[in-house]
Amino acid sequence: MRYAEQGFNLEIDLSRGNIEKVATDPRDTEAYLGGLGTNAKILWDRVPPEIEPFSPDNLLIFSAGLLVGTAAPSANRTIVSTISPQTNLMAFSMAGGFFAAELKHSGYDKVILRGKSPDWVYLWIHNGKVELRDASHLQGKGCYETAELIKQELKDPKAQVASIGLAGENRVYFASIEVEKSSCSRLGVGAIMGDKRIKAVAVRGTKDVNVAKPAEYFELCTTMLESMRHRLDNPLPGFDAMLATLGPQALSHSDDGFHIDNFAWGNARERKKGHWTKEYGEKWESDQLQSMERHISCYNCPVKCGGIIKHPTLGRFPMKCYSKLTYPMAAYADLDFGFRMIGIAQEHGVDGYTAPQVMAFAVELYEDGILTDEDMPGFPSDNEERHFWLMEKIVRREGIGEVLADGVYWAARRIGKGAEVYDHNTIKKNEQMFIKLGTLNPMYYLLYATGEKLTITQIEGGVPQAPLAPEDRKAYVKDWVQIPTGKEERFKQFVLEWGDEGKKAPFWPDTDLLNELVEWQEAMHYIDDATGVCAGVSSFMPKPPYHIHNYPLMLSAATGIDFDEDKLWKLAARNRNLVRAINIRRGLKKEDEHPPDDHWKKRFPEFEAELLDNYYKFKRWNDQGVPTREYLHELDLDYVGEDLEQRGFLKSVEEAEA
Amino acid sequence: MKKVKTIKIDVDLCNGCRACEVACSAFHAEPKYSSTNPEKSNIRVLFDVKRNLYIPVMAGEYTDAECMGRDQYIIDGTEYDECTFCRASCPARDVFKDPDSGLPLKCDMCEEEPPLEEPLCVKWCITDALTYVEREEEEEEEEKLDDVEIGLEALANKHGMKKITDTLARLSMSKKGEYV
Ligand code: SF4
Ligand code: SF4
Ligand code: SF4
Repeated sequence: MRYAEQGFNLEIDLSRGNIEKVATDPRDTEAYLGGLGTNAKILWDRVPPEIEPFSPDNLLIFSAGLLVGTAAPSANRTIVSTISPQTNLMAFSMAGGFFAAELKHSGYDKVILRGKSPDWVYLWIHNGKVELRDASHLQGKGCYETAELIKQELKDPKAQVASIGLAGENRVYFASIEVEKSSCSRLGVGAIMGDKRIKAVAVRGTKDVNVAKPAEYFELCTTMLESMRHRLDNPLPGFDAMLATLGPQALSHSDDGFHIDNFAWGNARERKKGHWTKEYGEKWESDQLQSMERHISCYNCPVKCGGIIKHPTLGRFPMKCYSKLTYPMAAYADLDFGFRMIGIAQEHGVDGYTAPQVMAFAVELYEDGILTDEDMPGFPSDNEERHFWLMEKIVRREGIGEVLADGVYWAARRIGKGAEVYDHNTIKKNEQMFIKLGTLNPMYYLLYATGEKLTITQIEGGVPQAPLAPEDRKAYVKDWVQIPTGKEERFKQFVLEWGDEGKKAPFWPDTDLLNELVEWQEAMHYIDDATGVCAGVSSFMPKPPYHIHNYPLMLSAATGIDFDEDKLWKLAARNRNLVRAINIRRGLKKEDEHPPDDHWKKRFPEFEAELLDNYYKFKRWNDQGVPTREYLHELDLDYVGEDLEQRGFLKSVEEAEA
Repeated sequence: MKKVKTIKIDVDLCNGCRACEVACSAFHAEPKYSSTNPEKSNIRVLFDVKRNLYIPVMAGEYTDAECMGRDQYIIDGTEYDECTFCRASCPARDVFKDPDSGLPLKCDMCEEEPPLEEPLCVKWCITDALTYVEREEEEEEEEKLDDVEIGLEALANKHGMKKITDTLARLSMSKKGEYV
């Protein structure tokens, strides 16, 4: 019997309508866990770099994380992987909600879609019964609307549905896949789904998920839940309400002063210090109270960081925390505008990270005369209306929307006339968080530059985002049990000193410590993405309930495979390097590893180059950022090393020149 | 006086996480905790985002006939199907039936040996939508009728006592030996 996982994937060939149930290799579980790890292995094996994102041979993989469907609290992630149309690199996108647990209970760990359907279809998985059904009547429908219609049609209100809206149908490069309460938003996974003409995947499952050591595992899960309760009841001193407990709590409080005053408005353009006045805060709070009806959670999670919004004009819809600030700030508008926009954006299925920035970028180009009334006939004069207008154009790829639907990077180049300069907030062609800061922060420099996931909140965490106030530092390090073995003293010392005279960015801390802090943050995310545990109770949070010491116990008890800290650490490195290899093979270059020029006002180009080179060395990558042959061998990734060598990627610059 | 165990449900606090379903199904798995499967849980969270409806319900008695004349409640402007709050495992709907055997499920207050201090769904609901309450209740003075007596009394009311005794006598003659 297989434990924690079901041991079967569904392989769907959309071109031919062929459906197969395929047993998976348990050795892959031991090597990559599941979720993102095994997704990466499949993409490496089956999608060579010649395959374009919109090729029928690109795969779209829906995976449940390894612990999803067991009793592990907050293990509920659906990990969708494919090749991104926007970056042409591996796409990372994870959703909470209920979809993955339902998939697991239907008897499968993954659904792997390939080919392209001749007509619009949706996939219906009900335990052993799996079928492609006509979706022509669903074309043009919103994401949640589609989910409702499918549940009615199947007469199964408990089915979980992952669907695309207009944006996905029209292959918008930042189209999302929406599930109840959450979404896979980043990097255009919805566009790939639309390209394959699959409107939705609906799933209902009533099978057991088994674990290897029942009593031991349940005890560990109970302890995990207790530590969550402890964290929820005891906010960390020195952290704002969003981060002080668990799961970014954007919807449970309305004290957003920090973000309003410090994040950048418009096209990631300007900080407006002092914008958060008493009056502004009161309006913000009343908008929130008027619309928030209930705090809701994902599957088996007590954190309830999501909300049901009831808006006078849009009715009810669930939302996750993220887009609360993105739409209002990009549009110089208020929270009520934000809720109205989110209600529409979720039905269309667009990324709440990228879409607001693309619209703000268009408004800026218009105001500066680069886009004109000729390019945008009928463009309203009212600020809010402009954004609603742009949204409708983009999701239909209509008029200027045709260009904007490719995201800021590509749109800027298609528009020309100097528009490229307005693309000032992308890395590797992907829009970043709307933050512009003062002095280079070396830790964040490395996280941004080398992160494969392109979303800082999916790379950072575990280490405080900024120096703590002196009075809060001792308390923070006191029971900081999450640190990897052997690094305790140095990491604690870092938090105790960070911010003191002479211990500030950019030339502090020393490179070794810096590299280790960066690697740790990233490693924990790679583990979560394989297990399916939410980063909001783990890698993204300060002092989280899940960490490198209790994870091996849980994984061993769940799977029956022995894990310890070293083995898990190595596994995280294996997954991380496998993903890097996929991207290297697809053309990722050292010069792409560059945070936007204006991310910090004060930059230090030579020092940054040094930081990057040092980090590459520390990671045992060559001077071009390619994992070395020996290191890949140690990670049991010889098949990757061989391929990279054959394709000529393993030569360093000197070798290449010789 | 005797102790009655109850679970208080505050639907306003429920966040729809279904942890209660996960825990209950693990507790009642064979062997204990060996698997999870919300479909086998004795508690279900009925929810519907569009109506802001989040209602945990514990499985009660099995019934072989559905209620007649079911209709709707309207509470604070939200419409509820009458079945929403019902605990019965009933032919009218598919909740509270084991997905493999089809047998009805029923909440046992986690009393199987060894009994838990507090029902597991309550323990796993750390948002306190479910809380455990022990109530003292007067013992009922009246002698309790057992199921057969209740059934017979109903029949007697309907058909008259004489008809019942006659029928019983006839049955016991013709089916001698079958009903031992
Ligand atoms: S912390 Fe929030 S996003 Fe994460 S699983 Fe819980 S409710 Fe979902
Ligand atoms: S555990 Fe509590 S909050 Fe979660 S669904 Fe059950 S009753 Fe609701
Ligand atoms: S009291 Fe026990 S048996 Fe009843 S629903 Fe809760 S966990 Fe299940």
